[in-house]
Amino acid sequence: MPEIKTYREALREAIVHELDRDESVVLIGEDIGVYGGTQLITVDLLEQYGAKRVIDTPICEGGFTGAAIGMAMMGLRPIVEMMTMNFSFLAVDQIIQNAAKVRYFSGGQVKVPLVIRGPNGGGVQLSAQHTHSLESFYGHFPGLKVVAPASPNDAKGMMLTAVRDDNCVIFLESGALYGTKGEVDEDNPIPFGKARIAREGGDVTLISYGRQVALCLRAADTLAADGINAEVIDLRSLRPMDEDALVKSVEKTHRAVAVQEQWRWFGVASEVAAIIQDRAFDYLDAPVERVSGAEVPAPFARNLELAAFPNEQQVVEAARRVLYREEK
Amino acid sequence: MAKAKKPADGQADAEVGDGQVGPGREGLVDLYRQMLLVRMFEESCQRSFRKGVIGGYLHLYTGQEAVAAGFLAHVREGDKVITGYRDHAHALLLRCDPREVMAELYGRRDGLSKGKGGSMHLFAIDRGLWGGYGIVGGHIPLGVGFAYALRYQGTDHICQLYLGDGALQTGAFHEAANLAGLWGRDGNCPVVFVVENNQYAMGTSVERSTAMTDLAAKFDAYGIEREKVDGMDLEAVLECAARVTQQVRESGKPCAVEAVTYRLASHGAADFVERYRTKKEVAQWRERDPIDRLERRLLEAEALEADMIDEIKSGVRDEVGKAIEFAAGSEQPSEEELYSDVLAGGDEYMGHQ
Repeated sequence: MPEIKTYREALREAIVHELDRDESVVLIGEDIGVYGGTQLITVDLLEQYGAKRVIDTPICEGGFTGAAIGMAMMGLRPIVEMMTMNFSFLAVDQIIQNAAKVRYFSGGQVKVPLVIRGPNGGGVQLSAQHTHSLESFYGHFPGLKVVAPASPNDAKGMMLTAVRDDNCVIFLESGALYGTKGEVDEDNPIPFGKARIAREGGDVTLISYGRQVALCLRAADTLAADGINAEVIDLRSLRPMDEDALVKSVEKTHRAVAVQEQWRWFGVASEVAAIIQDRAFDYLDAPVERVSGAEVPAPFARNLELAAFPNEQQVVEAARRVLYREEK
Repeated sequence: MAKAKKPADGQADAEVGDGQVGPGREGLVDLYRQMLLVRMFEESCQRSFRKGVIGGYLHLYTGQEAVAAGFLAHVREGDKVITGYRDHAHALLLRCDPREVMAELYGRRDGLSKGKGGSMHLFAIDRGLWGGYGIVGGHIPLGVGFAYALRYQGTDHICQLYLGDGALQTGAFHEAANLAGLWGRDGNCPVVFVVENNQYAMGTSVERSTAMTDLAAKFDAYGIEREKVDGMDLEAVLECAARVTQQVRESGKPCAVEAVTYRLASHGAADFVERYRTKKEVAQWRERDPIDRLERRLLEAEALEADMIDEIKSGVRDEVGKAIEFAAGSEQPSEEELYSDVLAGGDEYMGHQ
C-alpha cells in the first residue's frame, strides 16, 4: 500500500532499501555520517551501517568523487552526496573525464555504477554561488545519465533505478522539494527515459521537470479557469529524454511551452523545442515557447530572487501566446 | 639531479641476483629483456609516429624502464595498476601482447582498447592494467578508490598507482593522498604511490614547479610513509618494491616511493626542440642508462655473455618488428564501434537516432 511521505523520506527509504539489498552499495560525502547529512537524507545511517559503508570525507569533492569512481570500477556501487550540486563543479574533471568516458576509452572493459546526488537549483535565497541548475551542463556529455525527480514517489523509484544502473547517474534533487509530500510505493523502480503525464489536457502542452512541474500544474489550474485545458509533462529524466512522449502530446495539442528554472541559453527547453520541431513540426500551430530563469547570477534579496526564476504568470502568458489568446 | 638514497654499504656489492631480495639471476635476465622490449618498442613507435602512421599524442618511457620493471615484477594476481598517459611500458611489463599494444597506438581493432583509447588509454584488466589516463593527476583519486574497494571486498590485493613529478603539484593528488592517509589509518587503503620523478613536467623542471623539491617528503603531510629509490638502478628498485608492496599488502596502509629517474626521450614524440634542458644534462643522465647499467652488472656477474646479449637484442627487435607488422595489418575498428561502449547496458547510446 502506498503511504504518504516526504520527498526527503522517500529518498532516504530508497537508499536504505539498496543498502540492505546489496552490500556493494556504499555512501560517501561530506558530513553524511556523524553530522547526519546537511539535508538529513542520511541521518542515522552511520550508526546502522558503519563507517566502512557510510564514509565521511574531508572537503574535497574532486578527491572523494574520483575515489568513488575508482570504487565503482572495482564493482562497488557508491552513492556520492554532493552537499549541494554547486560543489560538483570541483569534481567535474572526475565526473566528465573519468566517470563518463572510461568505459569508452577502455574499449568497454570497465563500467562505473555510480550515483552522484544532491540538491540542484535554487529558490531558498542561497545567492549566486550556491544556486545553479546543472541539468543541461551534465546532460551535454555522452556517458552520463541525468535525472530530476519531481515527486516523492519518483524520488524513491528513480533512486532505486539509479543505484541499480551500471552507469554514472547524475541525480538532481530539488532542495525546495525535500519537505513536499506524496504517495510513495513500496519497491517500485521507475525506469529512466519515461516521462510522466502529470496532468492530461488537449489544448497546450506544458513541459518541465523537477520543481517547475508544480509551477506548471498551478499554471494549468489558472488556465483551466479560462477554459484552456493544459497537459503537463514531467520529463523525469533529461538524458535519456522521452522524446516520444513529447511528440505524442504535441500531436494532440499542437502547442508547447517548455519551462525551466535554468538560464535560457543552451538550456533543456531549447533541446525540447528542437526535438519537437524535428519530429512534430507539421503538428505545430505555433512556435514552441520557452520560459526560463533571468540571465543573471542568482541574487540574494528575496524579491530579486523571485524575479529571477520563472513564475506562474509567465507560464500562463506563454501558454496564452501559443494559443494566440494574447498579443506577443 | 638525483637525490636518491645511496644503497647501503654492502648492498651495492651484493651478488647479482642472489635471490635474497630479487628475482634471481634468471629473473634479472628476463627483466633485462623486458626493459629492452620497452626501449625498442618506444623507439619503434616513435618512428611510426614521425612517419605519420601513428596519430594523436605519443609519450615515451625511454630512460625510466627500471622503475616500472622493478615495481611491476612484484604485481600479484588480483593487484591493480593505474597510471598516467606514459603507459606503454606498464602494458608491456604486465606481459600484454606487444602486438596488441602497438595495434592500439595504430588505432586498430585488435588494439588493447579496441582502438578507441590510443596511446594514453591502454587497458588490460585481465592483466591488472586499469588504465592509462590523459589528464595529469586525474587518475590518482581513482587508484585510491581502487585500494579502498579491494579491502572492502576482503582481498589482500593492492593498487600500484604510478604518477609523475608533475602530478604531485595538482589538487587531485593532494586530495587523494589525504584520503589515502586517512583511510589507511584504519588499514583500508593498500595503495603504493610510485612517483616516477623524471625531473620534468613536460618542459617544467621540478625546481620550477615547487619550492619544496623533496617530492617524497610531500607525503608527510598526509601521514603516508615514504622513501626514495634510485630509479636508474633496477636492483635497487626491485629491493624497494619487494619490501614496500609486502608492507602495504600486510598493513592496508599506503606507502609512497619516489623513484628518481630521467626521461631520456622528449616529452612527446613531437617535441623536437627541447629548449627546457641542455644536451649536456641529457648526456650526463644517459651515462646512467638503466639498461646499460643492468647489462654491465649482468656481464660482470657472468649471468650474461656478449653473444647472449646479441641474441636477446635480436629476439626483441624481431618481436617489435612483428608488433609493427601486426598493427599495420590490423583492420580499423568497424563503424559500429563508434556507438558501442558509451554506456553499459542494453541501450548503449541513447542520443543516437
